Amino acid sequence: MIKCLEAEGVDMVFGYPGVAICPFYNSILDSSIKSILVRTEQNAAHAASGLARVRGTVGVCAVTSGPGATNLLTGIATAFADSIPLVCITGQVNSELIGSDVFQEADVTGAAESFVKYSYLVRDVSEIPRVFKEAFHIATTGRRGPVLIDVPIDVQNSSLSRFRYPEEVNLRTYKPTVKGHAVQIQKVMKELERARRPIICAGGGVLLSGARQELQDFVEKHRVPVVSTMMGIGVMPTRHPMYYGMVGNNGRPCANRAMNESDLLIMVGARVADRAVSQPDLITENKVLVHIDVDPAEIGKNVGPHIPLVGDIRHIFEDFASQEFACEHEDWIRTLDDYRTRMEPVRRPNPGYVDPAEFIRMLSEEMQEDGIYVADVGQNQIWSCGYHIVRKGRFLTSGGMGTMGYSIPAAMGAKLAAPGRQVVAVCGDGSFQMSMMELASMRQHGAAVKIVVLKNNYLGMVREFQHYTYQDHYSVVDLSGSPDLQKLAAAYDLPFIRLTDMSRAGDEIRRFLQEDTSMLMECLIDPMDLVR
Amino acid sequence: MHKKVFQLLVDNTSGVLSRISGLFSRRGYNIESITAGVTADPRFTRITIVASGDDEILDQIEKQVEKLVDVRDIRELKPENSVYRELALIKVAATAAQREGVISVTDIFRAKIIDVCAESLTIELTGNQAKIEAFLSLLDGYEILELARTGIAGLGRGVENVVFFQD
Repeated sequence: MIKCLEAEGVDMVFGYPGVAICPFYNSILDSSIKSILVRTEQNAAHAASGLARVRGTVGVCAVTSGPGATNLLTGIATAFADSIPLVCITGQVNSELIGSDVFQEADVTGAAESFVKYSYLVRDVSEIPRVFKEAFHIATTGRRGPVLIDVPIDVQNSSLSRFRYPEEVNLRTYKPTVKGHAVQIQKVMKELERARRPIICAGGGVLLSGARQELQDFVEKHRVPVVSTMMGIGVMPTRHPMYYGMVGNNGRPCANRAMNESDLLIMVGARVADRAVSQPDLITENKVLVHIDVDPAEIGKNVGPHIPLVGDIRHIFEDFASQEFACEHEDWIRTLDDYRTRMEPVRRPNPGYVDPAEFIRMLSEEMQEDGIYVADVGQNQIWSCGYHIVRKGRFLTSGGMGTMGYSIPAAMGAKLAAPGRQVVAVCGDGSFQMSMMELASMRQHGAAVKIVVLKNNYLGMVREFQHYTYQDHYSVVDLSGSPDLQKLAAAYDLPFIRLTDMSRAGDEIRRFLQEDTSMLMECLIDPMDLVR
Repeated sequence: MHKKVFQLLVDNTSGVLSRISGLFSRRGYNIESITAGVTADPRFTRITIVASGDDEILDQIEKQVEKLVDVRDIRELKPENSVYRELALIKVAATAAQREGVISVTDIFRAKIIDVCAESLTIELTGNQAKIEAFLSLLDGYEILELARTGIAGLGRGVENVVFFQD
């Protein structure tokens, strides 16, 4: 197993040992692969996800059977929802005991079935090279996603007389489409020539296929305006003149208006998910819809497009670039620019607290140009989406699943994957407490992650929902009893900054970001603040 | 609501049937019947699924099933160029006096009596679903004690659409 990982170029495995994965962890000591011990298994998958997204490769995690495997499930589901390539290795009880409910036995391939791209239960040691080769291939091709390999302890303890890692996979049933269909590409070009109000809505698929530059080049050459989904944040620099922000019920008003008023909507690597497009049947009414995705099953799932185009987005935009066509819609751009200046939502922040919106804007301006910003889930995520400014860096978050506690382990994985880059995790006090145990892993492995906690003593997103839906009838959203973060930081040897209002925000943010060391910053925000 | 018959050729891996049936249940697709059996090549299993839903759902079923790594081929078996067969075993309560009536219906449908005892007869019937429904309705006056139906298995007509896999 370790030789397979070496052959795949893996240099880091996130995980948590237990008896059933001990043969694996015994052998890993003899390789150059670094093991990162997390503090709960779910975070192994999140950390691997952070690594995968920053490097554009597969993230690998390895945990034990039973509770180790079941703890990993939320992490796998989170990666599946956002199409992040992972290979998750779980130990399993002895082959002969499978099905007899022995100690720490769980049917993890069965439990994970609905949110893995594929899974294996390895029955014989001779299958290992083929299974690993296939797993890495499946995780990284077509629509990316997690693959699970469950290996009983007796299989881990067996040896192969001769190890040969396959050079090619032989999966005749699995052949994702890479090149877009030429006729469909021509149709898209024709529509672009005809359109007066075209717009591109870019999703996470653009980043997954590594097509950020190709998209930008195309957009700049033909001056097609762009909006993005939450997972698509970062496909364009936030302040690019052709970028109009995130769509959806928590998106920017001008982005939603731009999408609604367009006469040609090109969805690229986006699922037309409910949070981005709440009424998918309406968006085809007054416009031509083009849907470009590597997964044919996404096309037509939520909305029937006029022009479907299946393929890898980078290849498709390379093909677009080789096509000659002219389009003219300067009036439309002027209209959108006008919307952008006129429709900016106005916040009335409480001066007695830190204003999360202004704070996030200042923080991202002070961050290094290629810095990695990891947003958690909750009100903090919506503020991060709305006010973080991407330049050449990345914006990572759990979009599809909305898994609280994602930011700290994912930021740790990102930092270990790219030690030269600045990594900042921004979470709320609820999400912080879901993964604060990873402060220990960060310290142990020298991952210099900056952590911001927007503290309001509430599960703010749920409180906001109860404010609107149940007329402030708050139920189980009070976070009283939370630890004193200053004392907690001291317990982990973390430098600590507390910001109580905006008066010293600039200086403190600069101090926070100055050195490449871990630091915890607590921002007290108005408990009654709303994202809308 | 429409009904479609899908023919699948899948790798004979462990868990392949649960992967397919699990996909139907978690995405809320209606499955009317599913039959599976190994093919002439023991590496593959042939599955026939009868599913119902509106056109968009049936289209999604085909795409989502095709996406499963173990699935080599999925295609619709259209009634006009396919054959479908289902097997039904029907245990009918019949005294010696009632037997004649049951046997005559059985003969008309070219079904077979495969078990007889003092109080009952067990009939084997093969045919398309319409034939089985018609037969059951003719047994209306009798008490059906037990009924086992396999669900349909199907193949396309002729050799034009046969899927071959070479090594």
